[in-house]
Amino acid sequence: MNPFRRSPFVIVAAVLVYFFLYAPIVGLVLYSFNASRANVTFEGFIPAFSDRVVMDGSLVKSSPCGPFHWYCDLAKNGDVAEAAGNTLTIAFTATIIATVIGTMSAIALQRYDFKIKPFSQLSLYIPIVIPEIVMGIGVLTLFSQLFGWVNEVFNLSGDARLSLGMATVTVSHIAFMVPFVTLVVQARLQGFDKSYEEAAMDLGANEWTTFRRVTFPMILPGVMSGALLAFTLSLDDFVITFFTNGPGSTTLPIYVYGLLRRIITPQVNALSTVWILVVFTAVLALQIIQNRESKQHS
Amino acid sequence: MLKRIRESKAAQGTLLALPTTFWLFFLLIIPLFLTLVISFGKRSPDGDVIYGFSLDNYTRLFGYSTDCPDGQASCFNPLYVQILWRSLTLAFNTTALVIGMAYPLAYFIARAHPKKRNLFLFLVLIPLWTNFVIRVYAWMMLLRKEGAINIIIGALANMLHIPFTPFEMLYTPGAVLVGMVYEFLPFMILPIYTSLEKIDISLYEAAADLGANAVKTFLRVTLPLSMPGVVAGTILVFIPVMGTFIVSDILGGRQVILVGNLIQRQFLDARDPTFGSAASLILMIMTLVVTYFYTRKFGFGEEIVPA
Repeated sequence: MNPFRRSPFVIVAAVLVYFFLYAPIVGLVLYSFNASRANVTFEGFIPAFSDRVVMDGSLVKSSPCGPFHWYCDLAKNGDVAEAAGNTLTIAFTATIIATVIGTMSAIALQRYDFKIKPFSQLSLYIPIVIPEIVMGIGVLTLFSQLFGWVNEVFNLSGDARLSLGMATVTVSHIAFMVPFVTLVVQARLQGFDKSYEEAAMDLGANEWTTFRRVTFPMILPGVMSGALLAFTLSLDDFVITFFTNGPGSTTLPIYVYGLLRRIITPQVNALSTVWILVVFTAVLALQIIQNRESKQHS
Repeated sequence: MLKRIRESKAAQGTLLALPTTFWLFFLLIIPLFLTLVISFGKRSPDGDVIYGFSLDNYTRLFGYSTDCPDGQASCFNPLYVQILWRSLTLAFNTTALVIGMAYPLAYFIARAHPKKRNLFLFLVLIPLWTNFVIRVYAWMMLLRKEGAINIIIGALANMLHIPFTPFEMLYTPGAVLVGMVYEFLPFMILPIYTSLEKIDISLYEAAADLGANAVKTFLRVTLPLSMPGVVAGTILVFIPVMGTFIVSDILGGRQVILVGNLIQRQFLDARDPTFGSAASLILMIMTLVVTYFYTRKFGFGEEIVPA
């Protein structure tokens, strides 16, 4: 029996599910070129005839950017730039910290025996089995109670008062990213041939040299895919950020959510399209790393 | 001290695991504990928390009300029980639909030629990593009265000369269900694919040699062996659906209120964190109970760690 044989039912179902997955995304991208300001119906593409933007009622008659009018509009939007900056700052900081401490704990859990090991291992599963909103309101409660107490005890006022902001978002992101990094690196360590390390030790390398020259290079692909996974999780996060952000720490998902509750112009679609392109690139990079890794394995 | 660390493996392990364990303790376990403590408290008139021990928030959640229409001292108010029930049934329906859609696709990818598999998987990852909020927005645009679905159906009706009034699809329970299915479908496809891909091809040959037809092979070989993936996917779908509030917020409007919306409003609009904490603990208990019975029956899927 040919293992690659599939029944027509499976093929039709697969095509339909792919259609279901992509139709909304295609629609989203298409509407980013909409001439209609209100973005209610698709009024055609925007022509590029004059260097002046002409809005006729709710229609954009022409724009120097042509069909890309809303992308130009987006580029001029300072709030978007600020939100994008915040999102990236948080994602980079949190990824670096989460990757370092997550890798450390993966090595500890895989290679060492210690008293708190069962607790450490178990706590990794908490973010998976508990709804994100429960974690979100818990962290919010922690910060508001703690900050309220500190502000009162030290009698802080004005700018010195502790409040929600970039720091609280970053710290909370690390909390839900670390388990993923640890689990990914742990999986990599599980399929690890210990004889390489033993050979290095036999040849006179001490533990640190063995780690630096043998162990780390071998788990690096795992660390990299853990880090990329953590990075995308942070970029994508809405719920935890929603409860821990404060003035000046709006991220892109929070910004888009805010727009959805007010006026929607095709600018949101332009932003979404750019976002999808960024994700596309990131996922491609992740795939290439994993492919290279599996080739090295086999 | 340093010498002791260098000599003791246990001390080294503890030190390596300490930052993560501390971080998770401080930001996951302490917040859960605080939520529990606060859920027994009361709300002060200006929205602060008064610590204490009262079960009022829980009795209120399960229908005990002192704000009754006909002057009674207490009565049953089904509002919150209805919200909990609605969230639970929606999570079950979403999970069932998602399994129904994800399984054929995962099967298709797992049976595709190995060279094409990565491309098909890549096509699943793109929607997965497209932002959650953006994906809800996409459905908002499709479902609204002037949206793409009504335009397409309208055009078809026009061609066939059938009178057409646009459907009111946005702000209905159906819209929320579709949005949830769309949001969580990739989380089911990936684990099912992982367990299907592991199945040894020689098992199919053995089944065929022993005279099993395609249907029997599927029911007796493929399906049982792919259960770990289905279980892992169910956990990855059911738990977040129970707690999500954006989908119902954007696609359900004021019509479809889920426990997630209830909690969010207590913390931001209604400003009663004590009631919100009680609701989120009940939410957590509901998901843990369902997950516990489900995994006890089918085992804990080892495919739970994402790609």
